[in-house]
Amino acid sequence: MKILVALKQVPARDLPVEADAARAWIDESSLSHEMNEPDAYALEAALQLKESSGGEVVAVSAGQARVQSALREALAKGADRAIHIQVEGEAARGTDPSITAKLLEAAVREEQPQLVLTGLQSDDTGSGQTGVILAARLGWPHATLVVAIEPGPDSVRVKRELEAGWFQHVTLPLPAVLTIQSGISRLRYATLMGIKRAKTKEIRLMEPPADAVGGGLRLTGLAEPRRQRQTQFLEGSPAEQAAQLVEKLRFEARVL
Amino acid sequence: MSGILAVLERQSGGWHKMSFEALAGALELGRATGLEVFACVPGCGAGEAAAEASVAGVAGVTILEHEALEAYTADAWVEALAEWIAELQPDYVLFPHTYQTRDFAPALAARFGRTLMADSTGFSMEGGVPVFERPLFQGKHIGRFVLETPAPNFVSFQAGAFRAVPPGGGAAPAAVRRPALDPARIRQRPEPPFRETAQAVDLSAAERIVAVGRGIQDEGNLELARQLAAALGAELAASRPIIDNGWLPADRQVGSSGQTVAPRLYVALGISGAIQHIVGMKGAGCIVAINRDPKAPIFEIADYALVGDLFEITPALLDALSS
Repeated sequence: MKILVALKQVPARDLPVEADAARAWIDESSLSHEMNEPDAYALEAALQLKESSGGEVVAVSAGQARVQSALREALAKGADRAIHIQVEGEAARGTDPSITAKLLEAAVREEQPQLVLTGLQSDDTGSGQTGVILAARLGWPHATLVVAIEPGPDSVRVKRELEAGWFQHVTLPLPAVLTIQSGISRLRYATLMGIKRAKTKEIRLMEPPADAVGGGLRLTGLAEPRRQRQTQFLEGSPAEQAAQLVEKLRFEARVL
Repeated sequence: MSGILAVLERQSGGWHKMSFEALAGALELGRATGLEVFACVPGCGAGEAAAEASVAGVAGVTILEHEALEAYTADAWVEALAEWIAELQPDYVLFPHTYQTRDFAPALAARFGRTLMADSTGFSMEGGVPVFERPLFQGKHIGRFVLETPAPNFVSFQAGAFRAVPPGGGAAPAAVRRPALDPARIRQRPEPPFRETAQAVDLSAAERIVAVGRGIQDEGNLELARQLAAALGAELAASRPIIDNGWLPADRQVGSSGQTVAPRLYVALGISGAIQHIVGMKGAGCIVAINRDPKAPIFEIADYALVGDLFEITPALLDALSS
């Protein structure tokens, strides 16, 4: 089965992300980036499908030049080829996921895979819509929050996560788009051999389609998160912080 | 016709609890914009729901009834709602941001060439237009968004964005409508929902919870959290990454894909506070957050914030609790 994995590169999640001076967007100059975690799970699912039933895995990402490092990582883990859709500025941010979906649509139409896998959301803009919009534009069926995939000859049976510990199986005809939930399986590391081999694999550059316009959703700026409680910051050494907390839990909050 | 259409969600014969939060959001947007509010409930046999969907301020309720709407599929929901929206021509279509909404609403909006404003935490009116907000970058920033396209525009509201209005009490007329849905065009074949295993732990009943996140770094370090939980008489819980790593069973997960809890005391150890976690625990009475990043979003909802190394603070806490 030919599988296309759409992945995004996002700011490293454990590091601070500062707004730019105008509070229009983030300051990207000092950030380090990583593969969006749910997309890493989508890649893992694709590689496992290839290992069990053969085929080809093509990684695709729309973004600035730096996304090639995420594509290179996908190649090192076992993707066969990669496509970099070259965009800059607002189109590369993903604040209107219809733009991202239209960019990816162009790659899917060229590649004609049977399955498109992508993470259920991105860790940065997090609108959780790209895969679903992509399916709608392609006219393909989709399933979201997928935690297991059983491929058939012309259909796929997936296990979807519902809310509060419930699950459901759904069968879709191929071709289809699946958005993958994190934790679907253990993520593999790239081996040294894989990293070496990735250097010889192709990253094809693709011009973005001219009609990749958004669906009307525009980010006008960033605001500071608002404090929802009267937070008391307990200062001092760990022992001092701990002593204050126990005192407050006992006599102020009265929860001990 | 103009107005606001709130799409409500049924769940196993009852309401999804976020439905009436979304309806509250619709009524608030209605007051702010002067637009009438209509409610719509897709789902076969939802007829008895009409009276409950008619809350004070709602101008009309429509039940979309069809055998193809008996079990949820994205295709049936998109078809049925697209038809009703094309006829009603509302300015805004609002949803509760449930897992089900996430599955179909982006495709429904795409049908109209629109992008769903997903997971909004609220709005403010600026220059006569609503500016919608949503957390970005794992809650480190709030994004402010405007919808630049003509009607209809699509918005989903996050859990807790609005206080739910009580069901019923309105006098709006209800109509049942049968969408022209061709069941043969529904491509998803759903099977009945199921639960994996009986949930062994009911965290929602816990008085105290110690929850661990990525900051715990290693499975071996969970012992420290276990000791703290024991010292506090608390249940041990975790955010999603810990469950994904297989370090704790799934019934210990707090958040949108796990349990929703409201203990008297919630201690967040090394949890940054992604929105998916926050929605599961923000109802806790007293929230203690221990995290080395002073900008971690968890601190915004904490009563007591301890910035520092949890591997130093937790042992100190164990000492302080034993003395």
